[in-house]
Amino acid sequence: MAGLTIKTAQVKLTKKEVSSEELVKLCLNEIEKKDNLNAFITVNKEGALRQAKFADQKIKDGINLPLLGIPVAIKDLFLTKGLKTTAGSKVLENYIPQYDATVVKKLYEAGAIIVGKTNCDAWAHGSSGENSDFGPTKNPFNPDLVPGGSSSGSAVSVAADMALMATGTDTGGSIRLPASFCNVVGLKPTYGRVSRYGVIAMSSSQDSIGHFTKTVEDSAIVLGVTAGQDKFNATTPSTPVQNYTKAINDVKKVKIGIPKEYFVKGLDPKIKDAVNKAIKFYEKEGFGIEEISLPNTEYAIACYYILQPSEVSSNLARYDGIRYGNSRETFGDEAKRRIMLGTFTLSSGYYDAYYKKAMKVRTLIKKDFEDAFKKVDAIISPVSSTMPWNLGEKTDDPLAMYLSDALTVPANIAGIPGISVPIEMIDGLPVGMQILGPHFSEELLFQLGHFYERNR
Amino acid sequence: MNEIGKPVIGLEVHVELKTKSKMFCGCPADHFAKKPNTQTCPVCLGLPGALPVPNQQAIEWCVMLGKALNCETLLFSKFDRKNYFYPDLPKGYQISQYDQPFCQKGWIEVNGKKIGITRVHMEEDTGKLIHEGGSTLVDFNRSGVPLVEIVTDPDFDNAKDVKAYLQKLQQIVRYLEISDGDLEKGQMRLEPNISITGTKKPYKVEVKNINSFSFVDKAINYELKRQQEIIEKGETPVQETRGWEETAGITKTQRIKEEAQDYRYFPEPDIPPIRWTNEQLRKIESQIPELPDAKLIRFKKEYQLMEYDAEILTRDTLMANYFEETVKVGVKENISPKQIANYIINRKVNITEVLPAKVIGNILQTKNIVQIDEKELSKVIEEILKSNEKAVSDFRKGKENAIMFLVGQVMRQFKQKVDASVIKASLLAKLEKWQTK
Repeated sequence: MAGLTIKTAQVKLTKKEVSSEELVKLCLNEIEKKDNLNAFITVNKEGALRQAKFADQKIKDGINLPLLGIPVAIKDLFLTKGLKTTAGSKVLENYIPQYDATVVKKLYEAGAIIVGKTNCDAWAHGSSGENSDFGPTKNPFNPDLVPGGSSSGSAVSVAADMALMATGTDTGGSIRLPASFCNVVGLKPTYGRVSRYGVIAMSSSQDSIGHFTKTVEDSAIVLGVTAGQDKFNATTPSTPVQNYTKAINDVKKVKIGIPKEYFVKGLDPKIKDAVNKAIKFYEKEGFGIEEISLPNTEYAIACYYILQPSEVSSNLARYDGIRYGNSRETFGDEAKRRIMLGTFTLSSGYYDAYYKKAMKVRTLIKKDFEDAFKKVDAIISPVSSTMPWNLGEKTDDPLAMYLSDALTVPANIAGIPGISVPIEMIDGLPVGMQILGPHFSEELLFQLGHFYERNR
Repeated sequence: MNEIGKPVIGLEVHVELKTKSKMFCGCPADHFAKKPNTQTCPVCLGLPGALPVPNQQAIEWCVMLGKALNCETLLFSKFDRKNYFYPDLPKGYQISQYDQPFCQKGWIEVNGKKIGITRVHMEEDTGKLIHEGGSTLVDFNRSGVPLVEIVTDPDFDNAKDVKAYLQKLQQIVRYLEISDGDLEKGQMRLEPNISITGTKKPYKVEVKNINSFSFVDKAINYELKRQQEIIEKGETPVQETRGWEETAGITKTQRIKEEAQDYRYFPEPDIPPIRWTNEQLRKIESQIPELPDAKLIRFKKEYQLMEYDAEILTRDTLMANYFEETVKVGVKENISPKQIANYIINRKVNITEVLPAKVIGNILQTKNIVQIDEKELSKVIEEILKSNEKAVSDFRKGKENAIMFLVGQVMRQFKQKVDASVIKASLLAKLEKWQTK
């Protein structure tokens, strides 16, 4: 499994060097072996093996599908028909969905095999994975450290060879941060590029549906499957889906912006050096490098922690204790905290001071990026200002936890795409860089990331 | 002077639209008398991950109704979430519209008075609670059915006008063919809020559960009287929601709310805002048919009808169209619209069965019959009776056809066509007193 990517696995599958069933067994084996990482809430052993047999038959029949026979993992926030979906919360401890999320449906149709549902911060609330009601996921590079969150299990499952791809959701950095902490590629597409239908909502105006892969090219392959307008999601525009892999090698020497506000004090100097090295690489290769300013960056977290809990308080109202078994008492501390925060910021008398003002700040942050993208084609920055921290280190300090998303949140507020690409190992731990682009510039992000991966 | 204040009444009306599908999903919108929970899906059940996709037809109909009520349409509009808990509301919020409804600031004329329309907005219906044998069940067939809410300014001061307004509103939604507006089926639901001016503390009483036009008068008048009595005692009525109790003919406290409930409205993030172009709005407006008021005026003018006749003929479009069809046929036969109106109204013509041409045929027949002078008729009958003693005695013996023979004899004495039934009636009257000489 190690070293195997979607692309290489596909070659082996078509050449019959390996069967889908064998791939799935390898994954299930890794899952079992690395149980201590707690990456999965539910393992779909029988289902996956059954599907793999079908896939092998299809391969034999010469059927060609983009992910045929490829074992994938699904964040437990995505509804899977007949397969338990908990959102990492005890509230949905025994919830078995009646329908598949659009992304899950598309993955099935593309021939993918679902090996299981991955652990995550309950309701995707968190940056470390420690808010899961089913225990924290551990960093495969050092199990005493957090893997980043909230899509913790998904990042770990790809990093630790339990799947060739895993889905995630990124509302404030929940894909990019764990990707950086776990040495995998994490894509947060443009808001609306991938359907949210059937994905348990956190902050509906910012939830972005993405995935983890081992390479940028794999990420492009997967987005080709998951992207597109969905008649079940009114916020997916009709913007055509590009063929992301077709021109992945044809990168133009575009101009890259370096936002000075992302390199402030508090940024781990080792991370700073690593990112600067990556920037130097692009410069040497003939890309334009230009320092830019995103002046409202410092307000992003404050703005985010008004808009997001406001929507959370409303989105979690449906778990009313009448229909999903467990009562609202079952919500963990973080969910309760956000429900209270959001209820407060939406209350009459406070709405104007908080929600409305945050909406205005959102407009300013969007404008920062619009202005920046008039000057440059893409932006490169660190993903996180710190390296993976110790389990338990920030659990008593919610604010410190919130601040760990400072460099990823602005992209969610603006709805632009971002990709986290591994760049260095520092003291045995991975670090990624973040590449941001204008709305629907995923193709460019893939080209830039792929170019780095191949030529560094 | 025992001066008590002036009644102030405003109305909130909910109208269910008869679109094919629900407001935010593909389930059928027609839920009346359907087996519970057979018309549901993840969206209208509010399942995790489900998302609303707005029904374009419903939105256009809402705008159409707003335009019919002389409202202005906002070029930028949006949906909002109204957050509250109730077991019939599966998402924990209702998708509605808050500060940017599709339509606002309209008016409608009722009994010669102009009533202000505050707003016309779009929202979704809730599920239905069924209390059965000590437990409560939820039927989600109604969950997500498109609802238009029409709010008036507090411009009414009596129950009669309120009733007239409601009838007019019902007539309009039927004219637009966007709802059947059937109160008994819950397709139109009314909530008057009633108060009387001049109290120390302002208050408002909302009355629910009025599901028939015949109760509107009663409920409002009962409520006004109740409030007046409280005010006469020097007190202020409690701000509350009361329910109309049909059998007892009274209103009863349902819920006391001193303060407005905080619904924590915020823009619905799952639905992009709606931006209209003027062209789109013009297109919707062009689909509005002639409305009752305009039709009434035109009927009076174009067909020289009295207010009373014109009102009856324009109550619904089916009748109005039937009348106009018949007029078209009648023109060729030189029959006036007035005659047609009289015939349709007086004879209570079954417009679904009798063709317009048949109506004209019937009118033509009656038209040829000449009115006979009564004195002349009396004279002729006497002569015929005198000269047909055998027939008279046969009739007395009970021979029914004898009378028809006599009618024929009488008719023969007239050159023009005369109405046999008139002659028969006169003959019978005469025979009662007739002594055979």
